[in-house]
Amino acid sequence: MNPLPALVLLPLMGGVLAWVAGRMRAPINPSTSWWVVLATLSVETLILGMVTFAHRAHAGPWLEHFSMPWIPAMGIAVRLDMDGLSLSLIWLSLILCFLCVFLATRQVTAHAGAFHFLFLATLAGIIGTFLATDLFVFFFFWELMLVPMFVLIAAWGHEDRQRAAMKFFMFTQGSGLLMLLSILGLVMAHDRLTGVLTFDIFTLAQTPLSPALSMLLMLGFFTAFAVKLPVVPVHVWLPDAHTQAPTAASVLLAGILLKTGGYGMIRFNVMLFPDAASRFAPIAMGLGVAGILYGAWLSCAQDDVKRLIAYSSISHMGFVLLGIFSGSAMGMQGAIMQMLAHGLGTAALFVIAGAIQDRLHTRDMNRIGGLWAAMPRLSGMGLFFAVASLGMPGLGNFTGEFLVLLATWHVSPATATLAAIGLVPAAIYALRMVNRIFLAAPRAGLPSLEDFPVRHMAVLGCIMTFLIVLGLYPQPFRTFSVPSPLSVTASQEDHTP
Amino acid sequence: MATFLIPILILCPLAASLITFVSAGRMDARGIGMVACAGVGISAVISIILSVMLLSGPVTGVLQVTLWPWMHMPGFSADIAFMLDRVSMLMILVVTVVGLLIHIYAASYMYHDPGIARFFACMTLFVAAMLVLVLASDLLCLFIGWEGVGLCSYLLIGFWYDDPANTVAARKAFYMTRMGDVALLCGLLLLVTATGGSLRIGTVLAAVANGQLAPSGINMAALFILVAALAKSAQIPFQTWLPDAMAGPTPTSALIHAATMVTAGVYLIARLHDLFAMAVPVMALTAVLGALTLLMGACTALVQSDLKRILAWSTISQLGYMFLALGCGVWQAALFHLMTHAFFKALLFLTAGAIIMRAHHEQDIFRLGGLRHTMPGLTAAFVAGASSLAGLPLVTAGFYSKEMILSGVWSAHFNLTHGWTLSGPPLWGMALLGAFLTALYIFRCVFIVFCGKAGTGAAGRTSRLMSIPLGCLCILSLCGGVIEMPDTLLPLHLFSGLLDPTAVLSHTHQPAWLVMAGAGAPLAGLGVAWVLWGRSSPVMREIPGQAPVICPVRTGRGMDALYHYAFVQPFCLLAWLTRLDILNHAVTGTGLLIQTASARIFRARADFLGRLAIQATRMIRWAGHLLGLLHNGRVRWYAAWIAGGLCAGLAMAVLS
Repeated sequence: MNPLPALVLLPLMGGVLAWVAGRMRAPINPSTSWWVVLATLSVETLILGMVTFAHRAHAGPWLEHFSMPWIPAMGIAVRLDMDGLSLSLIWLSLILCFLCVFLATRQVTAHAGAFHFLFLATLAGIIGTFLATDLFVFFFFWELMLVPMFVLIAAWGHEDRQRAAMKFFMFTQGSGLLMLLSILGLVMAHDRLTGVLTFDIFTLAQTPLSPALSMLLMLGFFTAFAVKLPVVPVHVWLPDAHTQAPTAASVLLAGILLKTGGYGMIRFNVMLFPDAASRFAPIAMGLGVAGILYGAWLSCAQDDVKRLIAYSSISHMGFVLLGIFSGSAMGMQGAIMQMLAHGLGTAALFVIAGAIQDRLHTRDMNRIGGLWAAMPRLSGMGLFFAVASLGMPGLGNFTGEFLVLLATWHVSPATATLAAIGLVPAAIYALRMVNRIFLAAPRAGLPSLEDFPVRHMAVLGCIMTFLIVLGLYPQPFRTFSVPSPLSVTASQEDHTP
Repeated sequence: MATFLIPILILCPLAASLITFVSAGRMDARGIGMVACAGVGISAVISIILSVMLLSGPVTGVLQVTLWPWMHMPGFSADIAFMLDRVSMLMILVVTVVGLLIHIYAASYMYHDPGIARFFACMTLFVAAMLVLVLASDLLCLFIGWEGVGLCSYLLIGFWYDDPANTVAARKAFYMTRMGDVALLCGLLLLVTATGGSLRIGTVLAAVANGQLAPSGINMAALFILVAALAKSAQIPFQTWLPDAMAGPTPTSALIHAATMVTAGVYLIARLHDLFAMAVPVMALTAVLGALTLLMGACTALVQSDLKRILAWSTISQLGYMFLALGCGVWQAALFHLMTHAFFKALLFLTAGAIIMRAHHEQDIFRLGGLRHTMPGLTAAFVAGASSLAGLPLVTAGFYSKEMILSGVWSAHFNLTHGWTLSGPPLWGMALLGAFLTALYIFRCVFIVFCGKAGTGAAGRTSRLMSIPLGCLCILSLCGGVIEMPDTLLPLHLFSGLLDPTAVLSHTHQPAWLVMAGAGAPLAGLGVAWVLWGRSSPVMREIPGQAPVICPVRTGRGMDALYHYAFVQPFCLLAWLTRLDILNHAVTGTGLLIQTASARIFRARADFLGRLAIQATRMIRWAGHLLGLLHNGRVRWYAAWIAGGLCAGLAMAVLS
């Protein structure tokens, strides 16, 4: 049996099961749905492990392939392909989901079943997005992950959740429509030129397009991904959404949802429209540098912990944009490393911020303070991940940032210097957070606080290990997560046997 | 040869750091101290073994070990790789031996502090990072250590985080060095682009020697690296962070902010001296900045009243000597001074720490006084350190290293562009003035603290665990310099022969009076200090501190205030102004505008349609009423209507 549809459907089915379990009258155990989610994720991990290790000998760049006609009249097929990039991003998603499940979602007591269903539905949408190679199916999954996330923010979020959720939805939905237009435009152009109506990107990648049209179509895709990444002028939804979302949703948003933007840029901008992307590169790199500096700058001025982390995400994602459009394999790999490292580090920071909010009921750094004496474990972890976020060499973020800067230096030393200057405010916001929250004089009137138990430390310790390995021995990840070119189709390999 | 010892050398302190960090709250203070000392001690033993092995090998022997590939891809490769040559051998000896002595001291000094586990975790982590820095054979690998020591420095300056002033000082130190780190990163990017994808120190230097870099590229790279070194070593214009860094525990000040970390910049330039030798303008800049810094540091130290701050400014000043030497191309002299400075400055800091601890945490030298009666041992140790710092001739280590720098500076010559030249003698004059000032300020401190009438009463006694390192450092700072002597005295060049056996510096053409001048300046300083502060009725108890010129210098806040108003305040203000994200406001504002507009339009439309509908109904009702009048049920009227209509129809048909 092909594992790819199972990867997508399993979270969905598990989610329904969790919902049912949560709605059962007088449940045996109040956290039944939590256990269902854990079981689902474990099975999912098992399948993914099989995919990863069963195909070591496979020579082709595409590891797995699945295709099934859906609407033959319009050339739409459920086509899923997996290469190293999608595999590593799915691994990232699963690791972060485990992080959420162990550290954040068990605390949700109000409508836990529905919460877990939406959580897994978002995961299904994300995995589908990483796998789909049919543009229609891709768009379907792209929209699928928004709706549950919208409900998660709007229903379980913090004080100003409605507005934040609406902002998130408007931005992503609006830009998604532009992408839909681009998809339709590309399909129509291909149909007019060749007479074949198809949504398959391997075929569409061969379409000869005029420079103006390809630029226009690429911009449609770019806008959608830029909102998701986010790129500076359209980042506005992110701080609100991240701040107001419940912890688990913040982790999903920062850890994985932003990565769909980067993934989309790699696969659907640079690979689908290489010429247009290289012409657009100077502007995109400028936007990347602007994002690095602007995000870091604003992060320095925030008093809300989650907002501070959110703005630092914008800064880190600037490096991703810079790397993707630097036009070299090195920059691309740097961007991928940066996405993985940022996913792990920022997710851990959000979990820690969420834990602080659970205990102190505030996110205002003027009212939190001096947690080291009361919660040394949590504070130690916070210190580690803050230091990782400022780009300490030997940890994951530095690897990504260095490769991106190096690739950028080849193109334009001035741009690289500007981007490197962004590392100074990075130190400012990270250490400001450390010295406000963790290493500060204890505030009078703190309630007695419960430190992280050992099992939480074990989970965070795993994330820590991943970051250190990414920082000191990135070689296997780097070769593993190379995106496959679209000129090589997976189906050719599969049809031969 | 046993290259496997190099990774173990680094792993020992790292393991000690992890153990102490994890065992926080579970192990008692004695256990933690022992683990930390054991970690550093083992690596001290290993580094001695390695040095013996290296020295018994061929003169150009280098121990190389590549642990694993870090990043390998087309166009770039970096490895986690270490290299032990004679320069790094010197550095690991300084780091581990001085580090071990300081750890032993700290085990007693910090015994009663509740955060001792965190303290030793950071200290041992620092030693590990510093070893990575000095052993790395790949510049990117060196960068791990470079940032790692900065992080440990941050954590240790802000060790007593209860006082916000300490954490502010810690952040200041990190931010200022971080600017240098960014410059170093840019320099590395430039070098890797020019050399075609490798940052191995050997490859980089070979590329420079082969002329793969354009002269402008060499100058830029050297300038970037110089900025990094200036920031790390607290030279002009980055000097303001080091005095504030004294907020940390005294062993930290001794290890990080005197003996090792702040000398990382000196090490880096000495390591890349072939690159700098090709960049003459940058060399001249290094020398000038070093000379200015040494004078400024000495002058500022002269008016300080805080014991630790005097030592901090003195560190800045001594680092200035090293940069002067580096700028003049005598990097061996810089490393020699680095070594002796590590000995005597560690001694001075540790003694100061012991004094402050016994004098009820009193750091103001004017409130201390007459301590030679109550603490004779500490007095002897401090005087030994002070005379080595001042460079009293023949009997101290500082004399020999300073003499080596002075003679190197005298013969320096820079050919800048367009016929501009800079020659050594003016710089030599500044360095000589610096030597005089050094003796003046440190003996001012000695006479005020140890002579005169008793100030704050002393309590307790220095524990044996603290006295042993002090004794060792005393011996090192008095006798550690005899391995290299000026030719005028004795042609003994063990040190420069050790570093670079192929090219021993020649001092033969130096006139003898140079050495005499170098020996005379500290003595003159000592004499003046005795006259001003040391006699039984001192000429001045205190420099008239109320003079407006002295005040800003005294507190060292002059440059601070300048930076504060020029950079920090505008940054904070701008950040505060933009904290709500202008773009967010713009977008939200647009949204609100559209919302309002559409609401208006909606209302207008609703009004219009409503009115229209009302009018329409009214008209229809009226029309209905009219039509209703026709249907009144009277046959006469119907007949009349029919007749009228017929007439009208006929008329229209006929007329048209």
